[in-house]
Amino acid sequence: MRMKQEFTISIFSENHVGILTRITNVFTRRNLNIESLTTSMSALPDVHKFTIVVYSTRDEIEKVSKQIEKGIDVIKAFVLTEDEIIHQEVALYKVPTKTLLEGNEIEKLVREYGARILEVTKEYTVIEKTGHQNETQELFDKMDKYGVVQFTRSGRISVTKSKDELLDNYLRNLESKKNGLTAN
Amino acid sequence: MDTQSQTAIKGKIRTPVRMTGAEAVVKSLQNEGVNLIFGYPGGAIMPVYDALYSVQKELHHVLVRHEQGAVHAAQGYARVSGKVGVAIVTSGPGATNAVTGIADALIDSTPLVVISGQVGSTLLGTDAFQETDVVGVTQPITKWNFQVKKAEDIPYAIARAFYIARSGRPGPVLLDITKDAQFASFDYVYEPVNYIRAYKPIPDVEQEQIVAAAQLINLSKKPLALIGQGVILGGAEQELREFLEKSGIPAAWTLLGLSALPSDHPLNVGMLGMHGNYGPNIKTNEADLIIAIGMRFDDRVTGDLKTYAQKAKVIHLEIDAAEINKNVHADVPVLGDVKETLPLLTQKISPNSFPEWLEEFKACYRIEHDRIIKHQLAPLKPGLTMGEVVDRVSTAFGDDAIMVTDVGQHQMMASRYFRFKQSRSVVTSGGLGTMGFGLPAAMGAKLGAPDRQVCLFVGDGGMQMTIQELGTIFQTKIPVKIVLLNNNFLGMVRQWQELFFDSRYASTELINPDFQMISKGYHIEAEKVSEREDLDAAIQRMVNHDGAFLLEVVVEKEGNVFPMVPSGASVSDIRLE
Ligand SMILES: Cc1ncc(C[n+]2csc(CCOP(=O)(O)OP(=O)(O)O)c2C)c(N)n1
Repeated sequence: MRMKQEFTISIFSENHVGILTRITNVFTRRNLNIESLTTSMSALPDVHKFTIVVYSTRDEIEKVSKQIEKGIDVIKAFVLTEDEIIHQEVALYKVPTKTLLEGNEIEKLVREYGARILEVTKEYTVIEKTGHQNETQELFDKMDKYGVVQFTRSGRISVTKSKDELLDNYLRNLESKKNGLTAN
Repeated sequence: MDTQSQTAIKGKIRTPVRMTGAEAVVKSLQNEGVNLIFGYPGGAIMPVYDALYSVQKELHHVLVRHEQGAVHAAQGYARVSGKVGVAIVTSGPGATNAVTGIADALIDSTPLVVISGQVGSTLLGTDAFQETDVVGVTQPITKWNFQVKKAEDIPYAIARAFYIARSGRPGPVLLDITKDAQFASFDYVYEPVNYIRAYKPIPDVEQEQIVAAAQLINLSKKPLALIGQGVILGGAEQELREFLEKSGIPAAWTLLGLSALPSDHPLNVGMLGMHGNYGPNIKTNEADLIIAIGMRFDDRVTGDLKTYAQKAKVIHLEIDAAEINKNVHADVPVLGDVKETLPLLTQKISPNSFPEWLEEFKACYRIEHDRIIKHQLAPLKPGLTMGEVVDRVSTAFGDDAIMVTDVGQHQMMASRYFRFKQSRSVVTSGGLGTMGFGLPAAMGAKLGAPDRQVCLFVGDGGMQMTIQELGTIFQTKIPVKIVLLNNNFLGMVRQWQELFFDSRYASTELINPDFQMISKGYHIEAEKVSEREDLDAAIQRMVNHDGAFLLEVVVEKEGNVFPMVPSGASVSDIRLE
């Protein structure tokens, strides 16, 4: 409970304005750094998804997720650890085409790391690598020896490994309660 | 003013009626059963004021003297009546003036709907005249807030606002309505909201938790119940009594739990917290079971968490899941509305009594009485004490008045020495400790409970933070009784300076105006008392006076509130002097 580790919080919400600040405020108030944050649609119509990676104790993250769920338009927050999810990040590397032509090191790295070349012009080449953060970072460290002029990495995106779709179940439950509500 | 007839006639309106956004605001408030609002006009909200002008008879508007007063008044109204308080302000400075009250309402779980005007939607983001990002500013201090930019969104926004404000753990909601949305015409229909997919106001009760809690209770030798405002907000006073009377468990209340139980109930062992009673504080650390009922283990209640209730298992009955384990670990969390969970628990426990354990509380009370209470209530020295004034006032009102306080020493003294017979008899700023809360909150309380006496205790410092509301009291003829306990100091801060800063009284002495003259300037009767022999008669004149009354009582300059748990100390290290 007291050991710090990495958590991925998957938050599902209605697609309304202002929710992002309500969510990030919970972290700010507790002086917690957000390692990465991505937002996107989910598989369900009208349901928005936020994926937040933080480094903290289980105890604190449970409190944080309950405070996030207090947001009126937040449907549910799931606290997940490494073993419960498949996750990826995308990184882009821009290198001068000259360096690529002068030796074959970069080409070798691209093959070794399963990266791919997105675009080549006379001046620059853009390489893309999808993977875990340590992989994209490693590639950067190695390639940077030859000169990377721009590097950028996306936030984490993830799906759960579980057979049950946690959110679907939760929503189905809610809907049946709602029907009960309007019936009487 | 007739505020009694507000039986929420929550209306659906299915046949569309053509009207403006401003008229829709007013109509929607009426559909939510509102007949009293507090506010202050200005450019960006003028269309709504214009619409209010046509319905003055049905929807009274109380013109305050500062927007902070509007929100505090709405809070006082909500706290005594259990209804949603409504405040209405203009954009920019009107809205920012409301911020303190909104923050106060959030931390004290008070249901409010605050409506602010906003510049026209085409001007948004351009630093227009009196434009403030009010939704941004109030985001962390509202339960929900929303900007309305289209007239046709008004009915749903208001219906949603009321549902959110009053349901579950109540709180303040802010709606920011642009001026063009107020002007535009549309076809109005109204449908109250009672469901929001993502929002679960009351968690499901889990039977296993009830069973587990009952087991702990049945095994306990030294149980202590902690009563919070959740009991009052849930209307579970009767359920609480039944639980306590069957279980025989002694009960202590938090500042906001005051009056959830009659003061003289045999199981009531007094107040928790920094200036609470001696018994409940030290016995917290001796109890083998704590049953927290609708309270949130605020640091003013727990003191040092590391040493707090270490011998006890904790059962936490709570409607807000985020409160569970927030400060104190709950061995058995019982989620749900206490009105629902308490009877379930009562059913499952065996009748019991704890005569010896209760006797220990009585012994503590005798110590506290000897060392502190008797010196407050029957002092042998000349200068009047705050405690004796509160005690005399409480007696004069037959222990039946609504007590409103400001913040400071007098607040603690009033909470310690006033006596309560019925629930919803206390309006005080607990979580935020907002000086200036008292006077406007008392106005709202009186309008929310016109058949009850409302008595405000306020310090000479706090009085001057919202003193302009005397104008509202005069104009609206609100018969509140104001007891100004004047020590010519920011007393509570002075006390801390005396105890923890070597009596270096940095900026706490006040040179005060003639409060009687100010009051009379507003045509409010006033008297000043400084001698013990004059006190009772003056109080009686205040009680009997038909209308508002200010009684200034000069009290000892350097009186202290004891007992005291110094901040950060353990509750068992409570100081008697
Ligand atoms: C708005 C605000 N500012 C400052 C404080 C800090 N504060 C707490 S109690 C207090 C003194 C109150 O003095 P007074 O109103 O005279 O009441 P007394 O303590 O003397 O009864 C102060 C300054 C506060 N609680 N609220």
